[in-house]
Amino acid sequence: MNRSRETKALISIGIIGLIILFGAPHSLDLFSVISLTTAVSLAILALSLGLIWGFGGILCFGQTAFFGIGGYAYAIAALNFGGSTGAILAALIVAAGSAAVLGYFMFYGRLSDVYLAVITLTVTLILYSVIRRTSGPEYKIGIAKLGGFNGINVPPINYPWDATQFLYPEHVFYVAMVALLLAYFLCVWVTKSHFGRVSVSIRENELRSELLGYDVRLYKLCMFTIGGAIAGLAGIMFANSIGRITPDVFNLYNAALAIIWVIIGGRGTLIGPVLGALVLFYMTSFLGQQSVVNINLFLGLVLIVFVLVVPKGIVPSLIQLWDRRRSRRMTARSAKKMRRRGRSRVKEISVEE
Amino acid sequence: MRSNVVLETRSLSMHFGGVVAVDRVDFSLRENELRCLIGPNGAGKSTFFKCITAQLRPTAGDVVIRDFNVTGSESHQVARMGVGIKTQVPNVFDGLDVEENIWLSASQSASVKRARVITSEVVERLELGEVRKSPLGSLAHGQRQLVELGMVLAGEPWLVILDEPTAGMTQDEVVRTADVIREINQSATMIVVEHDMQFIRMIAQKVTVFHQGKILVEGNMDEISSDHRVREVYLGHRKSS
Amino acid sequence: MDLFAALVLQIIYGIANLVLISIGLAVIFGMMRVINLAHGEFLMLGGYTVVVATNNGVNIWVAMFILAPLIVGLIGLIVEWCLIRFLYGRMVDTLLATWGLSLFFIGLITTIFGAQTATTIAPPFGAITIGEYSSSGYELFLICIAVLMIILVYLLLRYTKLGLVARGTMQGADMAASLGVSTQRVYSTTFGIGAALTGLAGGLLAPITGILPTSGAIYIGKAFITVISGGTAILAGTASASVLLGAINGIVAFVIGPTMGEVALLLLAIVLLRLMPQGITGRFFKRSL
Repeated sequence: MNRSRETKALISIGIIGLIILFGAPHSLDLFSVISLTTAVSLAILALSLGLIWGFGGILCFGQTAFFGIGGYAYAIAALNFGGSTGAILAALIVAAGSAAVLGYFMFYGRLSDVYLAVITLTVTLILYSVIRRTSGPEYKIGIAKLGGFNGINVPPINYPWDATQFLYPEHVFYVAMVALLLAYFLCVWVTKSHFGRVSVSIRENELRSELLGYDVRLYKLCMFTIGGAIAGLAGIMFANSIGRITPDVFNLYNAALAIIWVIIGGRGTLIGPVLGALVLFYMTSFLGQQSVVNINLFLGLVLIVFVLVVPKGIVPSLIQLWDRRRSRRMTARSAKKMRRRGRSRVKEISVEE
Repeated sequence: MRSNVVLETRSLSMHFGGVVAVDRVDFSLRENELRCLIGPNGAGKSTFFKCITAQLRPTAGDVVIRDFNVTGSESHQVARMGVGIKTQVPNVFDGLDVEENIWLSASQSASVKRARVITSEVVERLELGEVRKSPLGSLAHGQRQLVELGMVLAGEPWLVILDEPTAGMTQDEVVRTADVIREINQSATMIVVEHDMQFIRMIAQKVTVFHQGKILVEGNMDEISSDHRVREVYLGHRKSS
Repeated sequence: MDLFAALVLQIIYGIANLVLISIGLAVIFGMMRVINLAHGEFLMLGGYTVVVATNNGVNIWVAMFILAPLIVGLIGLIVEWCLIRFLYGRMVDTLLATWGLSLFFIGLITTIFGAQTATTIAPPFGAITIGEYSSSGYELFLICIAVLMIILVYLLLRYTKLGLVARGTMQGADMAASLGVSTQRVYSTTFGIGAALTGLAGGLLAPITGILPTSGAIYIGKAFITVISGGTAILAGTASASVLLGAINGIVAFVIGPTMGEVALLLLAIVLLRLMPQGITGRFFKRSL
């Protein structure tokens, strides 16, 4: 995509985002707004994976780990601090920090794709199985009990530094949507920066990047940490939209969903995974309510079909189709021009004669 | 021509399990040299290349670049010292266009602004203007080699190490590459690992012949061509006249 | 002293457990570098085969040693034929597609059997006593089976024609192909055998764990870590990784608790991979089976 088209696309996305931000609470009922808040938080998670996988080439099957860590850290911090402002910051730091630590071991050990995928998947699964077993009252951090498979009730977000003023659900939606927009444009900025361009080159050919003098391990670590922070942000929003955080966020099904969003939406774009998450959220909610088709069955087939048939995902494939139609129209137009020129030239010659 | 040594290996060895690919090699390179490494297949040239560029960690021995012992370093650290490296199989960014490829190299050491300037200069010098916006994956093999050479140049290196730069190139491209290499040599020290004897003749000053992991003989082109040991080692290969 | 014996038995069982759940995956990974994310579901399918068959009157031993490997092996062949073969060499795509397959199987079994336990069956063999402590006789039985499985795979690889062809293909598929070996056939057969071994393991473990459509998820983490930590040599890798990881798991589980045991296993694996990114057999026992 060339520069001006990209700028136009970004502006459109920004405008649509703002429309949704201000329009949704007025045109939708409360339940739908809360649903949308959840969908938006999942979209932020999709964005984080779209960034590190699509642009950084880091195949992380366990992005839900940082999602869940963000949510849990927020809940625990909010309960202990007695307010949400510091808790949000603390949760982001914990999520980013965990990504940095795991990332250090993986990237400085030069683990590649497949191993990376499996290790990260295992991390999220272990978190699931460990936190599920923390039901007893002895499992707590500060005054916050971990709650085992029931999870933790999340204290609602309050206005900055004023723990008595809680936000209404519509306002939580505003916060989440702003977070999505900020995170999205942050990611766009990252991909256009020198850091982002080098990360893309690492994805293309790691050896060549290394031989140019780039410390590939460090770039991947930074990219992974940024992704972890954004996933943590998503977790914080998610916890607030539902009002509670449970170990289910770490499970296999949700880990698979994150990957599916990116594959379906389109690896290599940032808006693709966001849209993928939003569409699939509503689709799975709908499917969950009927009992004709089992969700797992459906998602499994979708994943297989996409890997085999539409590996690029929907958004890039659509862009490709659009480009091809444009170039066909353009060659048709220029062919027309040439024919007209040819004809007039023949006319000139025949007139001269 | 100054005679300080810019790269040397001391008793460098590389073992792969039971196979000894490089056997206690002592090698030294002086500033502004253009050294060619030749030898039959399996002689250890490429392994030696990988050792001095830190793509492999030697089993024993040392690699010293400008008095820094770089044995055991990471290859990006070697590259950052100002060493330009071109691998045997072209390693480029296939999904990115020519300009981006070269810019990525330039911007590693230069500022973003200066990098853009360097990129245009390199593109012009190598006559890649027509394909500057083409993705690398769509170019012919010879052109990809040329772009990789451009990437090496864009880093403004003082030491350039090339592994088979003319593999798969047309005759014209080979001649052009020879010119480029001679030009580069005016400001940089070079090591060229090669197979193509005709090409070697076009550029060679001093030649090092590898055989079975060791250095067989070193000398200029005439000395090497008339050395009977070199003839023996290449027996069975097509003798270039 | 008795406590020590019981503890040692516990640890050895833990190691045997890892061997059982990993060996099928190791065969497939060692041969084709395919990490089959539906591996847990193969275990689950083996378990379901045994439970359903036994509840319908089939002898438990027949169900475990004949039916489970046969059925899951067959499923493996079908999966290879319909899906895996299109994705050779595409490691990441294979990972993704097999993950889709995993979800598919979970959905399928849930649809057929419902989401609840398909009635557990009691483990054959009662408890055995070591002094004051009783351990499960069945666990002892499983330890023997794990050892037998290793021996079986070893014999297969070392002394049969199939094994020779398999080893040749593992070391150089192109070479083998130019010698007239149908690598396609080798891969299919390997996948089928790996699946069968996994089905057998799943069936054997059914009495202990109880079967749900989602049982597979419990195992895959451990199986993957074991296989990847082990490296590409099928037997040496699985054995060495199982011993190391199983021992740490067992010891930590005894000292602190089973949950921390799992965490310790993961942490050790991460450290191992940091030190030996190609797995244990990437560094040691390089040429072994």
